[in-house]
Amino acid sequence: MNLVDIIFYFFALITLVSAAITVYSRNIIYSAFSLLFTFFGVAGIYVLLNADFIAVAQILIYVGGILMLLVFGVMLTHKVINVEIKTGILNVVPGSIITAIIGGTLCGVFVVTDWFIVEGVPPIKSTTTEIGTMFMTKYLLPFEIASVVLLVALIGAAYIARRDKSKNQSA
Amino acid sequence: MQVGLSHYLFLSGILFALGLYGVITRRNAILVLMGIELILNAANINFIAFARYGGMQIDGQMMAVFVIILAAAEAAIALAIVLNIYKQFKTVNVDEINKLKE
Repeated sequence: MNLVDIIFYFFALITLVSAAITVYSRNIIYSAFSLLFTFFGVAGIYVLLNADFIAVAQILIYVGGILMLLVFGVMLTHKVINVEIKTGILNVVPGSIITAIIGGTLCGVFVVTDWFIVEGVPPIKSTTTEIGTMFMTKYLLPFEIASVVLLVALIGAAYIARRDKSKNQSA
Repeated sequence: MQVGLSHYLFLSGILFALGLYGVITRRNAILVLMGIELILNAANINFIAFARYGGMQIDGQMMAVFVIILAAAEAAIALAIVLNIYKQFKTVNVDEINKLKE
């Protein structure tokens, strides 16, 4: 059991424990903050898999963007005076059964299948240059489409969430 | 036991199952969104693990970048819809929102 294995188990433990707290906690604020540690743990897993650019992008976008958005969502959809921010659960028994079936099938497939593994670990070097080159050559069209999708999502989100002034004045 | 491909796949499988459980069982719409983020992260771990062990060094990582891009767009749109629902119905519990129009 060398150092890489210990680091893997450390990050895997952080990821799974905080994901379990996210899912099982009754307090929505606890869920949001344990999701933070899940994202950090997944970023550590990415570093172990030679994906340094993705790990940094994960921290920047998920922790800096998506998680902040979710916390804002929590704040805007609960009254501040209302101290109790607990949330209910429903469909526990069918949800547990479906989850157990799908998760068990996935893990069984992962164990049984004889995966094609390329022997010989590639040398560890920075992937940022390669990703940038691929964006400008092989993945140019998906890159442009993704930029249009982000623009549309930005305008659409601002349009959907805007305050309707005429309706508020009449009401 | 040396950490290999199956360890990472196992991790992503458990993460996927946890996210799915959250999506099915939580009442609050924002917690459902958190479950979706967990599922997307599990898929990303799979992409990058296969990129590392399957010989496709950079193509799998490109897919992970696109997944992150779409996750950001999805979170923005979904939260805008949740805010609109809260303005209309004064609740974000998914089992109480059963009308198309108020």
